[in-house]
Amino acid sequence: MTTNQTKGKKKQEPAAERPGTAAARPGRSGGPSPLFAYAPAPESRTVVDIAPSYGLFVDGEFTEAADGRVFKTVSPATEEVLSEVARAGAADVDRAVGAARRAFPAWSALPGAERAKYLFRIARIIQERSRELAVLETLDNGKPIRETRDADLPLVAAHFFYYAGWADKLRHAGFGPEPRPLGVAGQVIPWNFPLLMLAWKVAPALATGNTVVLKPAETTPLSALFFADVCRQAGLPRGVVNILPGYGDTGAALVAHPDVDKVAFTGSTAVGKEIARTVAGTRKKLTLELGGKGANIVFDDAPVDQAVEGIVGGIFFNQGQVCCAGSRLLVQESIADELLASLKRRLTTLRLGDPLDKNTDIGAINSAEQLARITALAETGEAEGAERWTAPCDLPSSGYWFAPTLFTNVTQAHTVARDEIFGPVLSVLTFRTPDEAVAKANNSQYGLSAGVWTEKGSRILAVANKLRAGVVWSNTFNKFDPTSPFGGYKESGFGREGGRHGLEAYLDV
Amino acid sequence: MSTTAHDAPAAPPPDPATTLPSVPEQFAGATASNRALTRFLHGLPGVDPVGLEARAAALGTRSIKTTAKAYAIDLAISMIDLTTLEGADTPGKVRSLGAKGAQPDPTDRTAPRVAAVCVYPDMVATARQAVAGTGIKVASVATAFPAGRAALDVKLADVRSAVAAGADEVDMVIDRGAFLAGDYLKVYDEIRAVKEASGTARLKVIFETGELSTYDNIRRASWLGMIAGADFIKTSTGKVAVNATPANTLLMLEAVRDFRAQTGVQVGVKPAGGIRTSKDAIKFLVLVNETAGEDWLHQDWFRFGASSLLNDLLMQRQKLTTGRYSGPDYVTVD
Amino acid sequence: MSEPSAGTRLGVLKTYKLYVGGRFPRSESGRVYEVTDSKGAWLANAPRASRKDARDAVVAARKAFGGWSGATAYNRGQILYRIAEMLEGRREQFVREVADAEGLTRPKAAAQVDAAVDRWVWYAGWTDKVAQVFGGGNPVAGPYFNLSTPEPTGVVAVLAPGTPALLGLVSVLAPVIATGNTAVLVAGERAPLPALTLGEVLATSDLPGGVVNVLSGRTAEIAAPLAAHQDVNALDLTGADADLAKELETAAADNLKRVLRPQPVDGPGAADWTADPGTARLTAFLETKTVWHPTGALGVSGSSY
Repeated sequence: MTTNQTKGKKKQEPAAERPGTAAARPGRSGGPSPLFAYAPAPESRTVVDIAPSYGLFVDGEFTEAADGRVFKTVSPATEEVLSEVARAGAADVDRAVGAARRAFPAWSALPGAERAKYLFRIARIIQERSRELAVLETLDNGKPIRETRDADLPLVAAHFFYYAGWADKLRHAGFGPEPRPLGVAGQVIPWNFPLLMLAWKVAPALATGNTVVLKPAETTPLSALFFADVCRQAGLPRGVVNILPGYGDTGAALVAHPDVDKVAFTGSTAVGKEIARTVAGTRKKLTLELGGKGANIVFDDAPVDQAVEGIVGGIFFNQGQVCCAGSRLLVQESIADELLASLKRRLTTLRLGDPLDKNTDIGAINSAEQLARITALAETGEAEGAERWTAPCDLPSSGYWFAPTLFTNVTQAHTVARDEIFGPVLSVLTFRTPDEAVAKANNSQYGLSAGVWTEKGSRILAVANKLRAGVVWSNTFNKFDPTSPFGGYKESGFGREGGRHGLEAYLDV
Repeated sequence: MSTTAHDAPAAPPPDPATTLPSVPEQFAGATASNRALTRFLHGLPGVDPVGLEARAAALGTRSIKTTAKAYAIDLAISMIDLTTLEGADTPGKVRSLGAKGAQPDPTDRTAPRVAAVCVYPDMVATARQAVAGTGIKVASVATAFPAGRAALDVKLADVRSAVAAGADEVDMVIDRGAFLAGDYLKVYDEIRAVKEASGTARLKVIFETGELSTYDNIRRASWLGMIAGADFIKTSTGKVAVNATPANTLLMLEAVRDFRAQTGVQVGVKPAGGIRTSKDAIKFLVLVNETAGEDWLHQDWFRFGASSLLNDLLMQRQKLTTGRYSGPDYVTVD
Repeated sequence: MSEPSAGTRLGVLKTYKLYVGGRFPRSESGRVYEVTDSKGAWLANAPRASRKDARDAVVAARKAFGGWSGATAYNRGQILYRIAEMLEGRREQFVREVADAEGLTRPKAAAQVDAAVDRWVWYAGWTDKVAQVFGGGNPVAGPYFNLSTPEPTGVVAVLAPGTPALLGLVSVLAPVIATGNTAVLVAGERAPLPALTLGEVLATSDLPGGVVNVLSGRTAEIAAPLAAHQDVNALDLTGADADLAKELETAAADNLKRVLRPQPVDGPGAADWTADPGTARLTAFLETKTVWHPTGALGVSGSSY
């Protein structure tokens, strides 16, 4: 593990830096060179202008909360307060749902081609402002700029672009000749991909003619509030999109509001169940995208170097705070030692540190609360006898950090093999045969994602066919695309987001 | 005059009494017959092209700035095999190449020297004179470069003439036809024979990865070359459409890394052809750094087969030194 | 009933039984309840299934799931068509049971039975089209092959509507099993006899045991353990009234069952069992699985930095 410098390092004498002084030392264990230490390469913070305070975005305007409550949002990498944000209460939910309801008739009556153009505008403005939004997201969430720049923001824009195109083609989508929108969509999104989850929710809702009240997570409200500004620039009619920052009580009030027709939630399985109980017996259509404990299955004939990359990307992308993370490595026993050695070697090259540094691979954990949860589960893993390995790594002194960690000697009975950790912690289990691999992979309350690594085509298809998971990545992992439906089996939730399938959640079908 | 780049001990100093190294014991069985060799090479882990290229591209997004950039530029200069391989090569051309390699930037004598000059066998003697006393190595292509289509004795004669003329390093090409026909043992035997003919000269084995076409083949060729005793494995001749790429270089770096882990024997890597800018060269160094590791970050273990790359590195170097952008008129055209 | 007299033969009455795991057990509770015709006359004693019968049915349905979901779509279609054939062969019996249950004229009861037969035929033809219509390739922006395929959700508990006694239950059951789910069917409480007799049809139609399990009894009593059962994946509440539906949907949240809410009995949006069934019931109990695989190029590319 390389610690990414957060401050300029002491300038070395030129002579000491001369190449050639690093005499080859065959037989060493290898690893990156201390002489070729990458200098800090921070993305400039000046591209984003964060105001000291933000209101709720209701009916096209920023307003204070009815009861005047506010909360602070901090940078998880430094614990610096970024801004103070209005905290929506029940009265605000009522006001926002009312605004969305009033906006609904005109919005849903717009010709699809016109709705499409609003969404295309939004997609374009996001592309134009993507650097600003990437920096903002990195500041508020703690994830590396490399990810917000190369994954989150491009996907956000692509998602709006994709659903924009559907708005005037809904009758060709396979949901009948004239599918109707549902009305007001209440959407509650998590903190792990704040703007991307917003896009997954808002784009299909608007394309199909619904209006939206969206509650971002309490630790990451800023990008949603900047999105309100994108809506303003796009000229979106007032009330079509309303943003209500707040905590769980805000989300609960939104979900329970009687004038909401559609509820979409991404987050924990426990909250998902609570929401399912809340909407029971109502007309509200519900889609849930919840937790996971994805199995990444590596067979003895896998393309090993790519599998190692896939394992690393599968569990350490976004610090493992990903519902579809490949958090269980199932490796064929015959190659387990070799694969683990490669994996550990690779982990020593991961660079943890300043999320704004372009060379950072591992950023900060999103919140103190999440860090405590990860820490507690990792301690449980140790207490239950699993073997813990963490690459030597200096953690920054402020902010919330957790070094990438492996557990070996894990069995199905261990907590770290069953519970979603939602952090950079990989549990390694072994198997002997394909049957056993599938049985272990499916032995979970969840069913969101899985990975299969083998060069044998028929085995990929056979295993993929038997896995009870909504997304199966074979010889790759953690790939996303707006055209590709995403969602889980079992307690990972129901409904699909993305693709043609993603329209169904917002149509009266 | 700066000699820093060559002060360090060139990793294992060639033993004058070197004879043909023995094949690492664990491969004795694998090289017993073409069938056994085929089984061994086809048993290597497969390569997923998309994953490999994605990893190479991801490493290409590393941002190398300031001190790290200065280090990398000098390191890259010191790793260049400054190359001229033209039908029109003359003694004058080769002499100026040698002078350029010895003193790349006449305006800044702290600029390091290149690792070697790389020429055809008939230019070795001229090159030898041109770099005398500088520590710069003379590398010669051989074995009927670039096609490699000649009888073995002709290839060996080619090698011997280069070594006799003073080549420190021999860049051979493998018989791609034999490789693609599945006659791995023929390729292996030929490498062994060339290794023997090279004597104390370090042997670079060129696969012409663009002609091997698949990454699986490149991995197999890498292991074949290493088992046969290559000191370096090299991507390309620079004479075909696809030469060094980040992906094929990454793949070969994985091979030398794994080979050392398995045998304790370290083998160098040389991407050649198509690397023209400092930015690209630095990205290749990132590949080395994060794949094989620091032990390969030295001219003894990593080379760039290039010519125009040097001037771009020098211009970047001037920019770092002076703070202003340089131009082609401020570097020499040799 | 008329007095027996010389020359007339006393009919042989059928003991109606549950259909679980391919067998015809009585309720483990030993309980029965009286089933009457539309005028209140006794027709039969139906088994009154208990929560343990519900549990056994779920076990049977789970056991059957692997084989049934793994069968070829063509094979499932053949079996559903076989059910139609067997039902057609027992047409007279079902016409009588439907007429008795609902107090319909013979022609109206016959029309319902015919419609039920035709519904099996409709769904028999769907089995091998579902994946083509609801799945497909997705043009992702990268070198990946990406395919979405519908798959059955698993074990589905189905509360059949009270009426129409045969067409209603066929309309809710057939789409569930057409796509490869297995079912625990709770017969309409008041008129369970067509459902129980349908079990006899299913048993003789090459349908593997356990794919459909038929329970009769008090709907609320049987449905509660099914809604709470952790090994049931989905719940079709068609046969539940609003209060029961809400209670069951709430219980179903414990393991996030997919829930199909009841349609209104009358008014706009009311169920019309004779209308074109559409595809909503087929897709209600499907999961979409999306599989990615790199494609890449045939040979090494010339791409560089």
